[in-house]
Amino acid sequence: MIERLARVPWGPLVMVAAFFVPALGSRFYTFVATDVVIMGLFAVSLNLLIGYTGLVSFGHAAYFGIGAYTTGILMKKLGVPFVLAFPAAGLGAGLAALVFGFFCVRLTKIYFAMLTLAFAQIVWAICFKWNDVTGGEQGMPEIPYPALDWMQRLPFFGDFRASDHFYLVTVVLVALCFWVLRRIVGSPFGRLLTTIRENPERAEFIGVSVRRYELIAFVIAGIFAGLAGGLFGIFNRGVFPDFAYWTKSSEVLIMTLLGGMGSFWGPAVGALVLLVLNQQITSYTEYWPFVLGTVLIVILFAFPGGIVGALAAGVTRLRMRHA
Amino acid sequence: MLEVRNVRKAFDGFQAVGGVTLGVARGQIAAIIGPNGAGKTTFFNLVTGHLRPDAGVVILNGRDITGLAPHDVCRLGMGRSFQRTNIFPRLTVFENVQAAFISHRGRGLSFFARVEGLYRDETYAVLESVGLQDKAGEVSGFLSHGNQKQLELGIALASEPELLLLDEPTAGMSATETRETIRLIERITRDRGLTLLFTEHDMEVVFSIAQRISVLHQGRLIAEGAPAEVRSDPEVRRVYLGERAR
Repeated sequence: MIERLARVPWGPLVMVAAFFVPALGSRFYTFVATDVVIMGLFAVSLNLLIGYTGLVSFGHAAYFGIGAYTTGILMKKLGVPFVLAFPAAGLGAGLAALVFGFFCVRLTKIYFAMLTLAFAQIVWAICFKWNDVTGGEQGMPEIPYPALDWMQRLPFFGDFRASDHFYLVTVVLVALCFWVLRRIVGSPFGRLLTTIRENPERAEFIGVSVRRYELIAFVIAGIFAGLAGGLFGIFNRGVFPDFAYWTKSSEVLIMTLLGGMGSFWGPAVGALVLLVLNQQITSYTEYWPFVLGTVLIVILFAFPGGIVGALAAGVTRLRMRHA
Repeated sequence: MLEVRNVRKAFDGFQAVGGVTLGVARGQIAAIIGPNGAGKTTFFNLVTGHLRPDAGVVILNGRDITGLAPHDVCRLGMGRSFQRTNIFPRLTVFENVQAAFISHRGRGLSFFARVEGLYRDETYAVLESVGLQDKAGEVSGFLSHGNQKQLELGIALASEPELLLLDEPTAGMSATETRETIRLIERITRDRGLTLLFTEHDMEVVFSIAQRISVLHQGRLIAEGAPAEVRSDPEVRRVYLGERAR
């Protein structure tokens, strides 16, 4: 039974299911689903650093923000079509990650974390002050939706709203990103990243150039965070400096911990749970941060592997009992 | 094979290694002995690039490797094990050794290949020669101390070294384990035609397999030669053998 469940291709299945969210006909559901999908990508990109390479970044929002501004500026101010503006988000964020990462990987542990935070705050400050380009404190509202008129000619999906169409595009793009990330994690490169997480000193002496691998991982994580940011700006109908603020970095860090950094999908599950909980609980009480804090404490002490880690442990226990 | 000339290293004014010159010929089994704190591990770290010597040269196969980073030294044909067990604890035994193959054979930067079956045969061959083939799927951090030491040797072998440096390979082992490990090391060295340099504080171990012994004391070499010569050297008897007999 459990073996059979494990063999189900959950990834494609979830994606297909995600396609039918707009069919529920609720603007709100589509809104939450888009948020979850995009933040899921953001969190999974961070986990390439935390869960696989053992690098804790406190400034991952910098690349999310840079991606959002890149796509936003290109589409709104320069009229560049989405097909170019979206990959540009990854490019811009990746370049920034290359420059910042060059310095960050020279440090370890808490010093690494603080430097990533410092760079992120610099990015935030630039976004906040550079009025001519970023719109400064006011941000950049009214980012146009991509031209998706062609989708109206599709059967079944044609009648949906523009936000639904953008959601469908988001699902496809994020699924593609997940596929690429999954391949990277399961590649020889991914395996060597785990040796760095486990024991950097030993990794050096099987011939791994630790800094170089860390930098590559940092850039890849930055690229995908940037792509997530590019989508988020459009979804949010505007790009604002707080996309790059430290609270955004901590939000994605919480998602990763909540879902579990020991598995590939953990952080995405974390994004789902956090965002849905947030939506639900804020409609009952104004003490959302209090609830969040409690949930986090329980997770950290009782389930250090996060939600997915706890589930996996449960499955293993069931399997042992059946064997 | 390996030539070390007059290397020194001081930490905050404390001379840990003070001008050591030492050579190991191809195919030789050489040992460095000395009491705790004699500078054995520091000396190893100087050779493998973990530390940069204040002065002196390290030459591997005729090539000056002084000051190179450890990953470069590793690529030039030097394998190493560490005194405190040094593995990748949350990876399986198979993955530990496989990772070393991936790195050594330069496949580390392939981002899209599937890793699962990569270097499977090579990895199993190494596991078999260190006697861990039955534990390939186990998480290495849960192995016994002796098994972890065997695995470390396996990781070092996967880098396909010509020169193997083992830092106290039997540290923390029981008498039986020690004997088995030494036999294993000796066999692997012979089978693969390796050159071996190891440190040890257990005298019995050293005299049983080393062809050449160097005695380190307070950061300096005080004697060097075949086991019999070293054993009868009065200075060695005084600082080292005497100390242990007391």
